[in-house]
Amino acid sequence: MAAPLLEVKGLTTRFRTERGELTAVDDVSFSVAAGQTLAIVGESGSGKSVTAMSLMRLIPNPPGRITGGQILFEGQDLLKLSEAQMRDIRGDRIAMIFQEPMSSLNPALTVGLQVAEPLNVHRGKPWREAFELAKGLLGKVRIPDAASRLQTYPHQYSGGMRQRTMIAMALACSPKLIIADEPTTALDVTVQAQILDLLKALTTETGAALILITHDLGVVARYADHVAVMYGGRIVEQAAADELYARPRHPYTRGLLASIPRLDSSAGQRLVPIAGQPPDLARLPPGCAFAPRCQLADATCTATRPLLRAVFPQDLPQHLSACHHDAA
Amino acid sequence: MPPDSPATARGAELLRVEDLQVHFPLPGAGLLRRSAGAVKAVDGVSFTLAAGETLGLVGESGCGKSTTGLAVLRMQPVTRGRIVFEGQDITQQQARTGTFRRRMQMVYQDPYGSLNPRMKVRDLVGEPLQVHGLDTNRSEYQDRVAALLKTVGLLPDMADRYPHEFSGGQRQRIGIARALALEPSLIICDEPVSALDVSIQAQVVNVLQELQERMGLAYLFIAHDLAVVRHLSHRVAVMYLGRIVEIATRDDLYRAPLHPYTQALLSAVPVADPAVEKTRQRIVVQGEVPSALRPPPGCRFHTRCAQVMDRCRSEDPPLADLGQGRSVACHLHGPAAGRTIPIAAASASR
Repeated sequence: MAAPLLEVKGLTTRFRTERGELTAVDDVSFSVAAGQTLAIVGESGSGKSVTAMSLMRLIPNPPGRITGGQILFEGQDLLKLSEAQMRDIRGDRIAMIFQEPMSSLNPALTVGLQVAEPLNVHRGKPWREAFELAKGLLGKVRIPDAASRLQTYPHQYSGGMRQRTMIAMALACSPKLIIADEPTTALDVTVQAQILDLLKALTTETGAALILITHDLGVVARYADHVAVMYGGRIVEQAAADELYARPRHPYTRGLLASIPRLDSSAGQRLVPIAGQPPDLARLPPGCAFAPRCQLADATCTATRPLLRAVFPQDLPQHLSACHHDAA
Repeated sequence: MPPDSPATARGAELLRVEDLQVHFPLPGAGLLRRSAGAVKAVDGVSFTLAAGETLGLVGESGCGKSTTGLAVLRMQPVTRGRIVFEGQDITQQQARTGTFRRRMQMVYQDPYGSLNPRMKVRDLVGEPLQVHGLDTNRSEYQDRVAALLKTVGLLPDMADRYPHEFSGGQRQRIGIARALALEPSLIICDEPVSALDVSIQAQVVNVLQELQERMGLAYLFIAHDLAVVRHLSHRVAVMYLGRIVEIATRDDLYRAPLHPYTQALLSAVPVADPAVEKTRQRIVVQGEVPSALRPPPGCRFHTRCAQVMDRCRSEDPPLADLGQGRSVACHLHGPAAGRTIPIAAASASR
């Protein structure tokens, strides 16, 4: 296999808070190959968004700080770059799409200018040419009547069109990697499908890798090639998407899949909720973060952290799970 | 647990909504501020709900589902139409004074914003009893609050705590306990689980189901999550731009949706199984919901419909009764057209 486009090793991000220092992302490792979609799935506080922000080195310091690990992008460790070098990469080779397009777009600048800007900044295109390219990009994300829309402002757009604009901006410099953090959570379901279909089609077309941060297991099933499940700041299970849904191993993954109603499950079945609450990162237990909610938990689970390891080392070395009860 | 046959679930008619219209007039410009038209948030909605039944009300933002709920509760003035609850016409009554409100309660979406942070759980849950003067006997009152907390899976000794000490799922259960205090026959649930984490939603969904079985409650369950609605509802109504476009029993609606909008909506929802997703036939609608200020002429969905015909652009299809509890507002499925096109919206078997 070729070297992955992005390889994250032991990434750790900590925040200083009034209640002490907490580890939002704890020793997280994964990789993404060109043309692939990796979904990072988890609930609020699982560390999935902090992971995304850490990749872009957008963690506000203080209170946050990346305290360890490597982010190897095309072989280069992003954590060793200066802020100026990092600015050259953001929006150029790595682009990010945020959940709330209204707060990520500048309300005082025209849509055309915002889509053209990365081309001017990163590629040195004269504004006239950048605007011409922006027109093409807006058309590519299927904004109707793109030429006349260059001079409009974000507030004149619907939620779906704003998110399309964000995608156009992200695509402007043909990035190698796109990180999308809950890109459709704020949108209606028919628009959500349109946007994600578009994002998937465009990344397939350009060969870019996509990291999709989401809490929606349906979205993961539809769009992801690989999945990392996060809980309490750690990856608890990681596998190819087909494999993860067919053979979930970690009790948290299994619990999640059993707790959601599906459009195609036999109706009338009782859901099996996961007992308890998601963990408080400032007060994580010493052992497995899921132990307080886990039916399998025993003394080992409350005392020691399970390591992420292959559950079928022979057949499927890439299916990893962090559970003491999965010892072969 | 919703039984498979809706007939077994339906008791006597509890709620009847007839041609409900809720319009929000827009202030016009100029000295006289003559109205410049109106947003027709709800524009001719009719349905019934039986005792012990759950009717799911689904649709995308701006379709009028929440406004319908508020109008039924009489928390929103009605422009036209009639609301009959437990045999009594409550259209002219108001939420604050209407006697019906003991029998009809609401559970809100936001478990953080809907509970007064300065009130103890005891008072939050007991307030409806106080308002209706049912707290005269102190020990009976305390017992009642404790029993209500137990009913929703909370511990009676949590009564002396404040809302901030609880998680989202627990707060939502406090909200349900409060709604139950006056022993209502109907609870309007407006997106009761959508603000909760995935692993917590099932806890609240199960509480709602258990309560219905135990107490024979009816729910008007308003939500955008089609999987949750399917799980809880006996019948489902789909709304689009202020109208019901299709209403049917749950299994009919999900197995063979007839209205092109219902088909598109179901098709847009991903199923949490890559094997199903890979083989699923999908119907994708283009564009977004048009403004409710100027809904399209003819069928309101015609601007996005893949099966649009000439008459759809000018002629507004009525909600036609196709029998067996199903009604559809689509020219493809009038009583004359009355045929079924099988649609693989969500594969039914698993």
